[in-house]
Amino acid sequence: MTIDKRDSDGSGSPIEFRLDPGSGVPTYLQLVQQVEHALRLGYLKPGDQLPKVRDVVADLAINPNTVLKAYKELEHKGLAAGRPGQGTFVQATLRQVALPELAELRRPLLTWLVTAEKAGLDEDGIVALFTNVLRDFYNRRETRAPETPRSETPARETPRNEIPRSGKEGVA
Amino acid sequence: MNVIETTGLGKAYGKSWALRDCKLDIPEGHLAALVGPNGAGKSTLMNMIAGLAVPTEGTVTVLGGYPAGSPRALDSIAFVAQDAPVYQNLSVSDMIHLTRNLNRRFDSDYATARANELAIPLRRKAGKLSRGQQSQVALTLALARKPRLLILDEPLAALDPLARQDFMATVMTAMADNGVSVLLSSHAISDLERFADYLVILSHGALAAAAETDDLLADHRVLTGPADEADRLAQTLTVVQDKRAAAQAHLLVRTADPGDPVPPGWEAHPVTVEELVLAYLRAHRKTPSAERSMVPR
Repeated sequence: MTIDKRDSDGSGSPIEFRLDPGSGVPTYLQLVQQVEHALRLGYLKPGDQLPKVRDVVADLAINPNTVLKAYKELEHKGLAAGRPGQGTFVQATLRQVALPELAELRRPLLTWLVTAEKAGLDEDGIVALFTNVLRDFYNRRETRAPETPRSETPARETPRNEIPRSGKEGVA
Repeated sequence: MNVIETTGLGKAYGKSWALRDCKLDIPEGHLAALVGPNGAGKSTLMNMIAGLAVPTEGTVTVLGGYPAGSPRALDSIAFVAQDAPVYQNLSVSDMIHLTRNLNRRFDSDYATARANELAIPLRRKAGKLSRGQQSQVALTLALARKPRLLILDEPLAALDPLARQDFMATVMTAMADNGVSVLLSSHAISDLERFADYLVILSHGALAAAAETDDLLADHRVLTGPADEADRLAQTLTVVQDKRAAAQAHLLVRTADPGDPVPPGWEAHPVTVEELVLAYLRAHRKTPSAERSMVPR
């Protein structure tokens, strides 16, 4: 075996995929998530090339249709675009919420966490509840409006039955 | 275009049926994995598709309608038998030379370049190569014929993990470069999620399921809920596997529509390829007659 020296040849993409076989996440989705992650962290910028299908296939020994499916999904999300004969390129970046807005969003969440803890939930319980509600929220939105998955509708339905009514709310 | 099409296909050896009533339509461009226990009829099916065995009943055509075994079919199919046999006493370059002379179409340059890429010494006798290298040589000779359908019978069984990875990388690269369709039989079901985008599950000489992997996964789910409701629920659904304890039940079910609502009080979990294949093989072992109805379409 020769020593792996794929990354230094300067051709193509700034990123390289890896697979987590134990994650239970379908392979194509792992590729999609890794591109999104790289976009969020700034490894990928608009105009950058995604790894060529053939290179991914040769590198990871996965089905080329899986890579094509991942790239199609990224195109569908508006994050990438195929250029005939050249490959697939990053088209947009994932919108990051600005820092002041993030702080704004943190506050009610912290208040809620205090309430949840008072009600007797431990950390695992809180994670389980949050994950559950989050999944419900997106599932419901998907079944309601499958045509507009990207529109940012505000969370109108708060999981009120989950929040116990206590007299005074804790302040974070 | 369907790369493999069978109707009512069956093969008997003497009085016992190795395979019966097999209906398949595999579209081109896939890597289809043929899975099932030993004696399920995998090799029998592959041999009939390759034209190496004659069906007892039914028909099999390849590459959009050519009868299996016809000159057109033979010309476009490459078959690598189990354990990737090579001529032990011939050197790699002798084998390339020999295979070129035995075939109407053969890309010697591809074969030589591929051997160099894999660092396989051309002058070495095949018998002196490692198992992984021997299987790569057999695969390279098959691919150099530029087939449109590549059939691989248990190619991974004798290989170590790295050799498996290298072997499959060669197969997948050929798919990406030339669009060759692949039919592969394997026991390594934990690897299938990465390789196979089409699954053919055989059990005891009958087809248990055949469809695109993603469709099969989307059409199945595990429902977890109270055991005392399981019977009622099972009547309304197609249950592939039923696991129960005193209080809790896990039903692996096939749903007509992935968007079907989950029954109240039950949780739905997605299935993995491995779970799904094992469930079908187990179900089929227990009640072979009832399972016939589960063959999609």
